[in-house]
Amino acid sequence: MHIIDRRRDSGGKSLANRQRFIRRARALVRRAVREASAKRSIKDIDKGGDVTVPGEGVHEPVLRRGAQGGKREYVLPGNKKYSGGDRIARPDATHGGGGPSADGEGEDEFRFALSQDEFLDLFLEDLELPDLAKRQVMGVEETQPVRAGYKSSGPPAALSVARTMRNSLSRRIALGRPKPEEFAQAEAAIAAAEAAGDDALLAAARAVLDKLNRKMRLVPYIDPLDVRYRRFEQVPRPVARAVMFCLMDVSGSMDEHMKDLAKRFYSLLYLFLRRRYKRVDVVFIRHTHEAREVDEDTFFNSRESGGTVVSTALEEMARIVQDRYPANQWNIYAAQSSDGDNLPMDNANTVALLRQVILPMCQYYAYLEVGHGSDEPGGGGGDATSLWRAYKLVVGEDIPMVMRKVSHRRDIYPVFRELFEKRSGALAEAD
Amino acid sequence: MAAKPRSASKAPAAKTSIEPAPSSLLYTGTDWDFEKLGRIFDAVREIGEGEMGLDTYRTQIEVITSEQMLDAYSSVGMPLFYKHWSFGKDFARNQMLYQKGWQGLAYEIVINSDPCVCYIMEENSATMQAIVLSHAAMGHNHFFKNNYVFKQWTDASGITDYLSFAKTYIAKCEERYGIEAVERIVDAAHALQSHGIHRYPGKRSMDLRSEERREQERRAHGEALFNDLWRTVPAGKGKKSSKKTEVDRRRQLLGLPEENILYFLEKTAPRLAGWQREILRIVRLIAQYFYPQRQTKMMNEGCACFVHHRTMTRLHEKGQIGDGAFLEFLHSHTSVVMQPDFDDRRYSGINPYALGFGMMQDIERIALQPTDEDRLWFPDMAGNGDAYGTLRDIWANYRDESCISQFLSPNLIRKMGLFQLVDDHEDDEMEVAAIHDERGYREVRRALARQYDMGRRDPDIQIIDVDLVGDRRLELRHHVLDGVTLEEKDADRVLQHLADLWGYQVRMIESDEETVYGEHKAEPMKAFV
Repeated sequence: MHIIDRRRDSGGKSLANRQRFIRRARALVRRAVREASAKRSIKDIDKGGDVTVPGEGVHEPVLRRGAQGGKREYVLPGNKKYSGGDRIARPDATHGGGGPSADGEGEDEFRFALSQDEFLDLFLEDLELPDLAKRQVMGVEETQPVRAGYKSSGPPAALSVARTMRNSLSRRIALGRPKPEEFAQAEAAIAAAEAAGDDALLAAARAVLDKLNRKMRLVPYIDPLDVRYRRFEQVPRPVARAVMFCLMDVSGSMDEHMKDLAKRFYSLLYLFLRRRYKRVDVVFIRHTHEAREVDEDTFFNSRESGGTVVSTALEEMARIVQDRYPANQWNIYAAQSSDGDNLPMDNANTVALLRQVILPMCQYYAYLEVGHGSDEPGGGGGDATSLWRAYKLVVGEDIPMVMRKVSHRRDIYPVFRELFEKRSGALAEAD
Repeated sequence: MAAKPRSASKAPAAKTSIEPAPSSLLYTGTDWDFEKLGRIFDAVREIGEGEMGLDTYRTQIEVITSEQMLDAYSSVGMPLFYKHWSFGKDFARNQMLYQKGWQGLAYEIVINSDPCVCYIMEENSATMQAIVLSHAAMGHNHFFKNNYVFKQWTDASGITDYLSFAKTYIAKCEERYGIEAVERIVDAAHALQSHGIHRYPGKRSMDLRSEERREQERRAHGEALFNDLWRTVPAGKGKKSSKKTEVDRRRQLLGLPEENILYFLEKTAPRLAGWQREILRIVRLIAQYFYPQRQTKMMNEGCACFVHHRTMTRLHEKGQIGDGAFLEFLHSHTSVVMQPDFDDRRYSGINPYALGFGMMQDIERIALQPTDEDRLWFPDMAGNGDAYGTLRDIWANYRDESCISQFLSPNLIRKMGLFQLVDDHEDDEMEVAAIHDERGYREVRRALARQYDMGRRDPDIQIIDVDLVGDRRLELRHHVLDGVTLEEKDADRVLQHLADLWGYQVRMIESDEETVYGEHKAEPMKAFV
């Protein structure tokens, strides 16, 4: 008999099979995920969970005898009251307790748990930002030197004086390198002995000095052992970083419902960017007739009164980009939400800004026009607002801008999907 | 339920007989280590081989974690297996059931190989390990080595090598031809694997030497019998009647009818590539390897349960395990061999552990303390005094169906309250055909044996004809039994796979001697090339 301890063996033997299964049932699982996520709040969107896919899709057919018809016989245990020749009513199919089922076959749906990563991956799978590749492809993982302790060899430029001196000091103390005072003392003793003319004393004093000198030679002030150089590690710099500008009109005409819609849209966008980029910054800019960068809480929760001048927000964004997020180092995304009001005479200015400054530096610009809950879902009907009409002029092929109207919570996700659907797919549909 | 009071009644008897010296205990408490495991195994083997006369393969015990157990579940318990999404599906389901606490894990998995590999879980208590070792390493192991179905069909020493070959071969194919292509053929093969089994050893095609020998024997026989008078006997009409039709010749050439569909495809399908045939063969051989286990599930478990029950009882009698451990054993044993009644919510068919253990215990009783009834029913076995010998003989020479039809005693039928129910579709009510009474014993026994008959469980489907020089349509026939036809949707899908493999049209007729129940047809949609 052998006993083999397999507990240390790597587990996860079934992982590959599991992945194959998910790939196989991809379309089904994705649909299940979509349904599951519709029921969740946005905050929980990136948690794993159970999904149910129709058993049909992952069914493995075999040749087996059907469950209906024909003459069947069963042998059952636990008879209590029947005797030979008794006739029993057939149990109805819904009950199923008395009637033995054929090995419990016939799975209607297949239920299993997805991990968080799998869930999100599927959730976002077919959303792909357009032109995403642009700067990512170019940015072959740059590295950046980062301080990482010390080493004992290196170029003179990287010499760490402080660390070297510290090592030297401790070594000198440990090995007892004589101090200048000791020399002074010894020399004073010699001088004293010479003055006294005591030969024995003089010899002793000289011996002390010799010893000190010898020790001085043996224990140098700085030994090669002490020398330390700064060590650097090459850490990949996240080129794939993005900044997301949330622009929102907070003038009195925007009500809570509209803000809620906008917030959901921003959360989803943020979630998405987080998956794609190692680092995502978010900048909140709110505007009435003037624009200001604010923190998240203020952005969503405080209210201001005033007119509406959209171009101010765009100017603010352009300024911030110039200051902090150079377009060659950051992927810039912007999402603007508004109820569509704008000072009519500002429209020309806004469009010009958008065309000449904002869009050229953006990877993507999304305009979300939020409406009242009572409106038609999708907001297809109704009059076009002044901002909508103005933006309509900008949108065109090869322009990284999309605009949508949303008036109910349930519209958010489909809109989001549409906005960020794979470009290729969108083009194919357009053809 | 039946086993519970019996076992419990044994416990006090054992307790009074010997007062165990504390030093003779194999272990105390629930913890185990490798040294204790070794001691337990030795003690278990002493009883199994020494007292019960079991004959086993060498044992290899492998300790695994619960995660690894989950892994093993999803590849049909085998240590290595090729990759396929369907195993991932099982894994996903088991994982969820386990993580939600809806389903526990098996305590062990045992593999029919030489050496016999037993996986045991690290979470098991020491008592559990003792049960597991006696159950798997002695009980199942003995059954694997000695039962004739296993001897006939499986090569225990070669299986791990073959699985490893299969795994690498399929992985290589995936590298070469793409995962998708391989997955498609494995899917198709899996759909047909229940019909990729040789049920009978069949005729081996002869090699040249034996053919030559046969020829010589024939000639010698002819010379020995030579009588010139035979020449004068007129050749009659016999020749004419034995003349075969074109169709018959064709069928004979292809070895038709053939029920092993995968085998037929592997050898005959006109459009498959070599690697595709090899994959069909792999799936077929593995299905064949598992076929004996399906045929002997009840007996195999019965044998193992009987062995662990006896072993644990003896260990307790010999003072090698404590009372606490013995009670722990009884608790888990009784829950394993529990048979819920048919009207119980937990009922899901006859529990093979319960029936198997019940039968083995009953056979022991008949051999040792027969009643008059037993003497009447089992004259050559009743009271022969050699219970273990009788059991070993049964374990070696029967499978579920034959074991039940031979050895299910009236006593056990009564104890389990077995009765036979006939559900004829044409009636609006079901009929209780036989119960556990004098008139019913034989009928119940026969009916139960039929339930375990693989030949009746799997639909009887055969390839009956194909015109290779004509339109190449493959003709199959499902021989319908008792008017039960195939599950239609599934049948159509499997037929689609079959058509893709065959590359031409496929037709299956469902009929019995009198009636034709239906016909399925499939055209290849995406034939394999």
